[in-house]
Amino acid sequence: MRVTNVVFAGLGGQGVIKASDILAQAAFRAGLDVKKSELHGMSQRGGSVTSDVRFGDRVYSPMVPQGEADYLIVLEPSQVEVNLPLLRPGGVLLSPEIIPPDRLSNKRSLNVALLGVLSGLVGLDPDAILAAVRQALPERLYQINERAFEFGREIAERG
Amino acid sequence: MDRRLCSGDEAVALAACDAGVCLGTGYPGTPSTEILEAFDALGGRAQWAPNEKVALEVGLGVAFANARSLVTMKHVGLNVAADPLFTAAYTGVTGALIVVTADDPGMASSQNEQDNRRYAVAAGLPMIEPADAQEAYDFVFRAIEISERWSIPVLFRMTTRVCHAKSIVTRDPSAAPATQKAYFEHDRSARVMIPANAKPAHRRLRAKLAGLRDWAEQDAFDAGLNQFVPGRSDLGLVTSGVAHLHALEAAPDASFLKLGLVHPLALDRVRAFAASVDRCVVIEEGDPVLAEALRAHDVAVTAKPERYRFGELDVARVRRILAGETAAEPAPPRGKPPALCPACPYHPVYRVLRDLDCIVAGDIGCYSLGVLPPYETFDTLVAMGAALGVGLGLRHALPEAEARRVVSVIGDSTFVHSGITGLVEMTYNPPPTGHVVLVLDNQTTAMTGQQEHPATGRRLNHTPTTRFSIEGVARAIGIDQVAVIDPVADEGGFAALLRERLAANDLSVIVARRPCILAAAGIRRWQAQASGPAGTAPAPGVSV
Ligand SMILES: Cc1ncc(C[n+]2csc(CCOP(=O)(O)OP(=O)(O)O)c2C)c(N)n1
Ligand code: SF4
Repeated sequence: MRVTNVVFAGLGGQGVIKASDILAQAAFRAGLDVKKSELHGMSQRGGSVTSDVRFGDRVYSPMVPQGEADYLIVLEPSQVEVNLPLLRPGGVLLSPEIIPPDRLSNKRSLNVALLGVLSGLVGLDPDAILAAVRQALPERLYQINERAFEFGREIAERG
Repeated sequence: MDRRLCSGDEAVALAACDAGVCLGTGYPGTPSTEILEAFDALGGRAQWAPNEKVALEVGLGVAFANARSLVTMKHVGLNVAADPLFTAAYTGVTGALIVVTADDPGMASSQNEQDNRRYAVAAGLPMIEPADAQEAYDFVFRAIEISERWSIPVLFRMTTRVCHAKSIVTRDPSAAPATQKAYFEHDRSARVMIPANAKPAHRRLRAKLAGLRDWAEQDAFDAGLNQFVPGRSDLGLVTSGVAHLHALEAAPDASFLKLGLVHPLALDRVRAFAASVDRCVVIEEGDPVLAEALRAHDVAVTAKPERYRFGELDVARVRRILAGETAAEPAPPRGKPPALCPACPYHPVYRVLRDLDCIVAGDIGCYSLGVLPPYETFDTLVAMGAALGVGLGLRHALPEAEARRVVSVIGDSTFVHSGITGLVEMTYNPPPTGHVVLVLDNQTTAMTGQQEHPATGRRLNHTPTTRFSIEGVARAIGIDQVAVIDPVADEGGFAALLRERLAANDLSVIVARRPCILAAAGIRRWQAQASGPAGTAPAPGVSV
């Protein structure tokens, strides 16, 4: 399997790193080589955060080269434009607008909803990604996030 | 086999656990902080020291007792620990002393991007550099073996992308060197560095390094520290650290000589490698340390162009280096800068500093964000603890009207780290207008992710211990006016107090005490768990 490059972007506190951790775990459990990295020095104070996940048979650098992301998942509208140069020509952008905010019972599960959208596209078993969501979150938050994930999945199926 | 996805920091902690490291100590600093936190979570004995110098000294004591110690810090922390480090190179150790220096090329969260490979050369210590989490795990074992075999401290250099990047690690405790019991044996000529002992000790150190240099040529390859990867004969790349992985991706069929032991260098092997290829380029992040060292020994290698000294490398930049690309690089995406949390207790402090038009000698921490709009109150930021000295210098030099506006602003963890001697200077050489020091006591080390420190009264694992009293120390040092106030509950009182102290000729310390909003819930939980009053800082207002 060639290397798949995914970049998550947003602001501190939105769960960018959580989302990338979940995807990386799912790829790891699928038996693939995985690397992920981000700069999160000041992220908790609301600054921009991006996190790179790469998986395939063999991954070298932990960073997605600029202009080579196959998927760019953005959690905050203001961060779409600035991060577009990361995407390769023909790459897929998942921006927050595809999830109508009133459809999420908690807007903090936007990261997981977008993972749901991604799950049908990225070449990993969607149920394995959902299993990684379950593992990454405390039990009390799981139901809300499972619903967000399934909602994202439906959106992807509807195209 | 235990296989897991983990960061380089966690991998170091895993290895420390598997190798029976007796004690891990350090001072928080991105990107090194998670090592000791993970070591603690794994059941290791991990503790925060007040600063890196103390941490290194504690680690050295452990290693004098024939046990293994791990000391962690960010790159600038090694500046603080440099004094004992250089002489520990002379004394050597009987157990193992592994000093992790986590460099931050690109300055994701640092005040400079110094390249600590220079310290290995300057102090005369072996330095090991992993490229990813698996190597971080494996190389800790090699570092311990070298430290014990040559009785020498070992520098373990990581960088942001090695510390924080996650990759797959296979854990193999059976590969860890066997541990020995701690014991003490007098060895005064080796450990008491009066000149008569230090002179032969310096020669011993150089002899050890000569032995290590020989070892680097073949054994370091057998041990997996240095690696030769045959490939094309027209392009050879000498690499180290994460730059190796970028280079592998940029030029997968080149020949590689990857150095995991970056000091001392396997000079003969690199020389032969360079001679075996048409073109030999050194791909390294930061300063051209390897290229300079190799060229000084007439090894024919090409260094990267000067512009790549700045910032991190990545695959695209390595491609540009190899292609000799001279056009300007595309600008990285411009993100939104961080800001103080909306409910941060520092907001009223910065409002008051701005309204009083203070000249602020600042320091490093979350509170440094006061330099950004809407406050723009910070006038200087240099190194931890520098707020005090710089503020005093400004007071000494400025005309009275301006001198009176100078305030030194420092956080609680930073105060304990290196503010105390500044207070001593303040009472020893007081400026004619006096001085005002504002300690922003949010009862945590917020900047690096809410670590405990001596003035929180809790250890690394949040259990209670003796609380260091900032106000008590200020009084004991002889500061005229010491006050504790909650700037959120009483912003007007805080403004009035600061105005009054700026107008007086006294030496004043004002402790603005109010917990960090992100840490507050944790602090309440740890306090509830603690039995008895230890670990609780006195509420503001009781001790003005
Ligand atoms: C020598 C050195 N060690 C560590 C660091 C990393 N660092 C910068 S400020 C800081 C402490 C901040 O804590 P505090 O003073 O309590 O301020 P807060 O972040 O809580 O506002 C640390 C650990 C550094 N910059 N320099
Ligand atoms: S983390 Fe704490 S200290 Fe830092 S800005 Fe937020 S509330 Fe303030």
